[in-house]
Amino acid sequence: MNKCTERLYNGLIKENPTLVLMLGMCPTLAVTTSAINGLGMGLSTTAVLVMSNLMISALRKIIPDKVRMPSFIVIVASFVTIVDLLIQGYLPALNKSLGIYIPLIVVNCIILGRAEAYASKNPVLPSIFDGIGMGLGFTCALTIIGLVREIHGAGTAFGFKIMPAAYEPFSIFVMAPGAFFVLAILTAIQNKLKLRSATNGDAPAAAEPLACGGNCAECVGNVCTANRGLLEQIAEEEAAKKADAKASAKKAFPEISESAAAANGQQEGGNK
Amino acid sequence: MIRSLILLLIGAALVNNVVLSQFLGICPFLGVSKKTDTAVGMGTAVIFVVTVAAAVAYPIHTFILVPLGLDYMDTLVFIAVIAALVQLVEMILKKFIPALYKALGVYLPLITTNCCVLGVALTNVQDGNNFVQSVVYALGTSIGFCISIVLMSGIREKIEENDIPHVLKGSPILLITAGLMAIAFCGFAGLI
Repeated sequence: MNKCTERLYNGLIKENPTLVLMLGMCPTLAVTTSAINGLGMGLSTTAVLVMSNLMISALRKIIPDKVRMPSFIVIVASFVTIVDLLIQGYLPALNKSLGIYIPLIVVNCIILGRAEAYASKNPVLPSIFDGIGMGLGFTCALTIIGLVREIHGAGTAFGFKIMPAAYEPFSIFVMAPGAFFVLAILTAIQNKLKLRSATNGDAPAAAEPLACGGNCAECVGNVCTANRGLLEQIAEEEAAKKADAKASAKKAFPEISESAAAANGQQEGGNK
Repeated sequence: MIRSLILLLIGAALVNNVVLSQFLGICPFLGVSKKTDTAVGMGTAVIFVVTVAAAVAYPIHTFILVPLGLDYMDTLVFIAVIAALVQLVEMILKKFIPALYKALGVYLPLITTNCCVLGVALTNVQDGNNFVQSVVYALGTSIGFCISIVLMSGIREKIEENDIPHVLKGSPILLITAGLMAIAFCGFAGLI
């Protein structure tokens, strides 16, 4: 049971998918125009994440390694369709405000990332708690960003008016540019406090493997593109070094003869 | 007819820019925009894949899923088709057009999980676009993506040499740049 609470803490705080790992940026920026939208998106993603983690973990010994990514995508897409239809049926208002971003949960890097990094390697119960932790971490981050944008941009919180009547809302906060600015301020604060984050200037987390699995070379998420490039570069440099070492080993003979010749020359010079 | 198609193209490319106002494809927008060369490569690959995917998704939706009453399976079928399509495009390019493969090859597998591919296919279905409209909308959207990622990479190359406050290094300055670009793109709102 201890492992389960550890997974919850890990998802909510230590490796929060939005604030620390910077995964799933598209919904984070797109649907956080109000706290309710953020909460709705977060909870739908959590539902998909928990179900897909459960399913993938249960099937982890059956799915062949070579076709695991397509299988994961199909499993995730099935659960997204179920959640999509449920929201369409029971929460038409939320469906209207989230629109196309509900089916797009399929391509949210958090879900495939957790499937690849955790659920496909661990038993069912910890995987479920991993899904709950990561999902709630995502939900909290989205709700907080949504709340900040809503309070500044519309003067309301969860739809209730909280700012005084004289308050003139900055409508840019609920428009598209506001999303970028709020997230920029948030990451700047993380930078200032030197908190762990995948994308900050100092990147103190780089030394430790990240929860997305850290295996950027085989990641399908776009977020890892930069890291992947870096890894490939490092691999190339190492290969080049090895090649150099081989080449110099081959040259060992000529080098020895050269040095011998040089020594001879010196001796001759000394003799003269 | 042609006028409405041109309006659709411009609307998709500039007014409702896929990255800066719809927030689709943010990950490659922030991840691959470090150098202009790679940004151009990624942008071109996205134009190619998004347009082909939209052209393939339309007949699958109209002639297979709707007659069978399976249109609720759109998401699942589209993501599978896109994944397969990307693999196929990669193999065809490798075999027949090696030069293009060399230019786009690295980016192709990364596009499978780019939300703008699936987003465009689903938007086409939601808006009830016909075949020509679907392809034009996809072309416009992906051109919009290409424009914004190339602009972003140009700005980033300039920023690289500037003296940025320590706090803003890394992603904050990137996001602020993106925000300013989004404000600029708001100016296109009166175009149509």
